[in-house]
Amino acid sequence: MSVESLFPRLEALLPKVQKPIQYVGGELNSTVKDWDETTVRWALMYPDAYEVGLPNQGVQILYEILNEMPETLAERTYAVWPDLEALMRSEGVPQFTVDAHRPVRAFDVFGLSFSTELGYTNMLTALDLAGIPLEAADRGDDDPIVLAGGHAAFNPEPVADFLDAAVLGDGEQIAIAITEVIREWKAEGSPGGRDELLMRLAESGGVYVPKFYDVAYHADGRIQRVAPNRSGVPWRVHKHTVMDLDEWPYPKKPLVPLAETVHERFSVEIFRGCTRGCRFCQAGMITRPVRERSITTIGDMVEAGVKASGFNEVGLLSLSSADHSEIGEVAKGLADRYEGTNTSLSLPSTRVDAFNIDLANEFSRNGRRSGLTFAPEGGSERMRKVINKMVTEEDLIRTVTTAYTQGWRQVKLYFMCGLPTEEDADVLGIADLAKKVIKAGREATGSRDVRCTVSIGGFVPKPHTPFQWAAQADHETVDRRLKALKDALRGDRDYGRAIGLRYHDGKPSIVEGMLSRGDRRVGKVIRAVWEGGGRFDGWSEHFSYQRWMEAAAETGVDVDWYTTREREENEVLPWDHLDAGLDREWLWQDWQDAVNDVEVEDCRWTPCYDCGVCPTMGTEIQIGPTGKKLLPLTVV
Amino acid sequence: MAQRLRVRYAKRGRLRFTSHRDISRAVERAVRRADVPVAFSAGFSPHPRISYVGAAAPTGVASEAEYLEIGVTRECDPDRFRAALDTSLPHGLDVLDVVEAGAGSLADRLECSAWEIRLPEADPALARVAVERFVTTERVEVERLTKKGPRRFDAREAVLSLEVIEGTETTAGQASSQPCVILRMVVRHATPAVRPDDVLTGLRLVADFAPPVPPEVTRLAQGPLDVRTGKPADPFDLDRDSTRGGETEPVGQYVGGDL
Repeated sequence: MSVESLFPRLEALLPKVQKPIQYVGGELNSTVKDWDETTVRWALMYPDAYEVGLPNQGVQILYEILNEMPETLAERTYAVWPDLEALMRSEGVPQFTVDAHRPVRAFDVFGLSFSTELGYTNMLTALDLAGIPLEAADRGDDDPIVLAGGHAAFNPEPVADFLDAAVLGDGEQIAIAITEVIREWKAEGSPGGRDELLMRLAESGGVYVPKFYDVAYHADGRIQRVAPNRSGVPWRVHKHTVMDLDEWPYPKKPLVPLAETVHERFSVEIFRGCTRGCRFCQAGMITRPVRERSITTIGDMVEAGVKASGFNEVGLLSLSSADHSEIGEVAKGLADRYEGTNTSLSLPSTRVDAFNIDLANEFSRNGRRSGLTFAPEGGSERMRKVINKMVTEEDLIRTVTTAYTQGWRQVKLYFMCGLPTEEDADVLGIADLAKKVIKAGREATGSRDVRCTVSIGGFVPKPHTPFQWAAQADHETVDRRLKALKDALRGDRDYGRAIGLRYHDGKPSIVEGMLSRGDRRVGKVIRAVWEGGGRFDGWSEHFSYQRWMEAAAETGVDVDWYTTREREENEVLPWDHLDAGLDREWLWQDWQDAVNDVEVEDCRWTPCYDCGVCPTMGTEIQIGPTGKKLLPLTVV
Repeated sequence: MAQRLRVRYAKRGRLRFTSHRDISRAVERAVRRADVPVAFSAGFSPHPRISYVGAAAPTGVASEAEYLEIGVTRECDPDRFRAALDTSLPHGLDVLDVVEAGAGSLADRLECSAWEIRLPEADPALARVAVERFVTTERVEVERLTKKGPRRFDAREAVLSLEVIEGTETTAGQASSQPCVILRMVVRHATPAVRPDDVLTGLRLVADFAPPVPPEVTRLAQGPLDVRTGKPADPFDLDRDSTRGGETEPVGQYVGGDL
């Protein structure tokens, strides 16, 4: 049965909305396949506005891989802004894909990539506009399988009622496997309806189907146990790890939008995973082990991607990009290749390290000098030991001074507030550190023209990290410390004007904290917030703390219990049945080490410290050097 | 910079929803993909020498006549340049004509625009009455929200001609046989610019005429006002005269396999 394009009906609405181009599709390198010539069809959603969602690597990778498969089709959909949502409701236009403007409900899978929990309300809008029942229990055989992935899917429990399934870890291989399970089931005539399909997915061990698990609670509200409620369903569901990134060189053909988006560049992931062991960092814990892409594959991907897109900036992505074993050669090779072409290179996520200034110099050869950002994360030496961010004050001052003497006038320093064991003095230490940086910079350059911007985020404890047991700081404490820091900087006559401060109030972190470490009972808060008009919670102009607190009160959910309460070692955590490979005892030990200011080294260069991932997952560290070099581009 | 080329391009179909900023990014990328030898400005933050001439058709308005100038570092054959840039741009942003820049400013030649407004489901009789009233009124003050706040100005004087014709409605490439009111007009470029929606506002003010569904607006042409026809002439005529001496064959020597 063919599916009609919704575009003619949508088109009549577009003159009335802001930035209509975001709904039109037709991006360079996008794909529209014939519906009737495919048997398995995915609608992929990044549940935020188009300008944020389009550049998302995860969605672009899966989109390309699925569309490369025969008889398989993938299209994309994004959150529509409230102006279009209102018109779609009044005119009865359902949630559509931007590729061929097909209704999302007509697809086999509705796959959502959650980088952050703040996209949950946008998922509900999309489901509702699509005409798909919000609760998985109310869905029938004509509804797609609603499937979540992305980092937030490592604890999907708060949205368990709205999901049919979730997948943990790297999506490349499991997306293909799911496609084949669906294809086979459909070829057999869809026996047993959606329940049998979900059962087939669950039995594979790689797909979590929340409804096949029952959660029992203690009288005090803690979880007693989470157990499968039918045979054949595994007790634990494991994450997926792609080994050998050179075999998966995606995206090959990056999507180039007409509308303006948050990242206007071609990004290549230079490695996946990080073993630096920063204890606050969920990404570093759940994406282990480190798997490098080789210098030659990086070079090939950059060459092809720039050619296919026309982007004039290349971003080398990873969790700590300067840690690639051949980053120096990569930087030099690419800078040589693009000399004189006005193609600039950028290296987000770098460590505090003088070596990185050399890299930055290399990278700014062919374009403008973007700012330099370093992330000491903690304001005091003690705090940095707690979070295992092994950067000394001397390191930081030396690195930033080098940057100033090499011509950078402005650096950005990133910190967190509300970390476990943090006291007022730790946050005030940020002011001292910033002043020392400026002082050293002025002495080294002989100029007063050096500046730094201190940027502070609120810390949110995340599942599958050593801080998963920690009490989150309440927003009053965070706000008080931030105000003291602001006063300390502003009141300083000599340095105050050389130091900028950027921060947000602590309230959004509390909501994020509840959604991050919540269990299935938090779902009704999300639903109540959405019903009360909650949308785009990642956007300060749409986010309403009050709406969240009122919804929690209405539904009888104690926000403090989920956020500011410290958990005991033996408490069953809502995500304990979901396996990121990390050994629970190791995580607990690391949490104890944190409290005792004990640091742990990176296992790439020191012996394994038994976090558990490699033996559990059958994976290994894959790093260079390969000793290869990038050759100059051949002139056509 | 070896040469300056003048480009006429169209914004059609779905791509009429692109804003001017969107188009400028798309052109920069298309130029890179097409390997066109675009010149860059000097300085700390070099940018390609591409300038947009005249007032861009607003977001949501289609156009058959938008103009830009581009500087290149090597002499290019305009026809090959046209084909290369057109292939590289997304379907719907179509390069129609390229000439080597002659003497004089292109911006000065863009004196007026011809517009077409399709009004599906509108009443032809009411439209005729409204247009009649509009053209016989001396001044029609309208208000438009600009970046600097609401602004009042006369929408009548700049309108050199305005007529109603009846045609066939087309939406999203689907032709139907339903009759449709079509307004055609020629508007002189002035400050503040009088745009098609200002004229529609004027029709509402003078005769309470309001289209039932969003109008489909297209700029048909831009150029110097041809007093004989009362319509814009091709602004590239002068460039063709000076670079080709009035001949139809290009004089520019084309060398090598690429641009």
